Amino acid sequence: MTIEDLVPQVDPDAVPVDTLRVLGRVPVGASREEAVAHLAEAARLVRRRDIEMVRAAGLGHIGGEFSVIDILVTLYLHALNTSPEQLGDPERDRFILSKGHAAAALYTTLAVAGFLPPDELSTFMQPQSALNGHPARTKIAAVEASTGPLGHGLPIAVGTAFAGKLDSSARRTFVVVGDGELQEGSNWEALMTAGNHQLSHLCVIVDRNRLQQGARVDQTNDLEPLGDKLAAFGMEVVDVDGHDHGALLDVFADVPAPSGRPTAVIAHTMKGHPISFMSDNVAWHHKVPSPDELTQALAELETS
Amino acid sequence: MTAIAPPPAAALHDCRDAWIATLVELAAEDSRIVVVVNDSVGSSKLGPFQDAFPDRLVNVGIAEQDMVGVGAGLANGGKVPFVSAAACFLTARAMEQIKVDAAYSQHHIVLVGQSPGMAYGELGPTHHSIEDLAWLRTIPGLTVIVPSDRVETAQAIRWAAGAGSPVYVRVSRMGVPDVMPEGYRFQPGRAVELHAGSDVTIVATGTTVSRALEAAGSLADDGVSARVLAMPTIKPLDGPALLAAARETAGIVTVEEALTSGLGGAVAEYLAPRHPTRMRFVGVPDTFAPTGSVGWLMDHFGISPAGIAAAALEVVAAR
Repeated sequence: MTIEDLVPQVDPDAVPVDTLRVLGRVPVGASREEAVAHLAEAARLVRRRDIEMVRAAGLGHIGGEFSVIDILVTLYLHALNTSPEQLGDPERDRFILSKGHAAAALYTTLAVAGFLPPDELSTFMQPQSALNGHPARTKIAAVEASTGPLGHGLPIAVGTAFAGKLDSSARRTFVVVGDGELQEGSNWEALMTAGNHQLSHLCVIVDRNRLQQGARVDQTNDLEPLGDKLAAFGMEVVDVDGHDHGALLDVFADVPAPSGRPTAVIAHTMKGHPISFMSDNVAWHHKVPSPDELTQALAELETS
Repeated sequence: MTAIAPPPAAALHDCRDAWIATLVELAAEDSRIVVVVNDSVGSSKLGPFQDAFPDRLVNVGIAEQDMVGVGAGLANGGKVPFVSAAACFLTARAMEQIKVDAAYSQHHIVLVGQSPGMAYGELGPTHHSIEDLAWLRTIPGLTVIVPSDRVETAQAIRWAAGAGSPVYVRVSRMGVPDVMPEGYRFQPGRAVELHAGSDVTIVATGTTVSRALEAAGSLADDGVSARVLAMPTIKPLDGPALLAAARETAGIVTVEEALTSGLGGAVAEYLAPRHPTRMRFVGVPDTFAPTGSVGWLMDHFGISPAGIAAAALEVVAAR
């Protein structure tokens, strides 16, 4: 936590308010090509709204949001068996964003998918807003777990998956953890439990952007060999390009794995993707764009 | 009500027996009930549950953060999890999970702190749980229950199963006599007057209630009329009962098998802005306990009939 985390750096009144088009799920019967195009458009809209929200709030985590957005839209607009009408259905698929600091990306994805009124996004981090800097399940119906402190979401997801196993249910639990987050020991406690209990309907997605707040992960407390470690804990390990919607939807469709093991997806991503001056740049963990940077980023999103 | 101190020969009961008997009853009635443990089946006396419902016992091994997080996930998945572990490890090791995954998330999880206070006396301060009441009473949205006997333990467990919100319950292993009256029904935030009195009030919780009743008996012999309130929930407190005691008697002595910043701190915080009251705090002061059995340690810190009576006399003398 630095002082930049706490003090708004821009005048919110000077920021244009955008609205967001609700795209909803990939239509039933869509071809793979159409599905990928739908997800790409959703990701573009989400990134556009996300960066504007962070600019308006003067706070946020653009780097880790832009690395995870393609994963989020693929889950909410295609992979997850859930809908705004299904939130009370015990058989819905569950999604938990363990790296809760990417909240703006989650809120924006929920809005584009129809779970959250787009107008609410403009309240992000404002007084009394339901849209905390980190997601809260008591404030937003579609949020399954309150997260923020790292290392919480995966144990919760293990419990959710365990409940599904006790019920002999087909429902699945997906959880996204940051790669730096895996330095928290609670994750490895949970992975041991998941592997030993063969929680086949659990899918752990690692947003492998290789950067954490202060430096590169491998210069802080390295995770490699990550795939070997996850496999040793009993996971079915899959590597995927975390910005490739087609590859992501294939990987998510394969959960549960035939082996009966929980799935661990190492999603290779870039922090700040695809903005030229943010991508793979540790400075953009929680930097807020200047007006010129915002203009350039929005222009790049139109052509990416 | 004028129940007088139990005779010295009163039978003593391990509250864990009431806990497990009640849990097995509840689990037979409600298939949502599951248990999460950290290799604590034996210390939690969970054998009968394990025998009856082997699939519904989730043993995560020695991993307390995982244990509470898994409990939250089970609640998300429609279960009613009882997370049972030694109070010292459950609270200290998983404090952030208790704060965030249970309380802030308002999941219906029952956290069962086994062998709390100084029950593991000889094992030393690493295994004592004298901080739990002070820590947990600061967490919004969490009910903190400290039953005083086997009847109240059973009642508290039954209430917690239907609470719909996060609960922490201490379950004592140190033998305690029955203190609650016939037909007693536990309610959070409701103190029980076990001995009427007008000179001074003793507010006790958990294993100390029977000691407070003994103190009231000896005070009566000295001509001092002591009211004894059993306070089964540290959070919420019974505010009206405390205000009445503050107005009607010379002052209040709090008694707990914990740091005095638990019940004592809570009562003082409640009364200071409403009705400033002369107080004494019986419990563990700001220190780690020395080595000794729980009985020896209780006496060492004056959490004894004599110690409680002495504190009450100080309050009366200062009137």
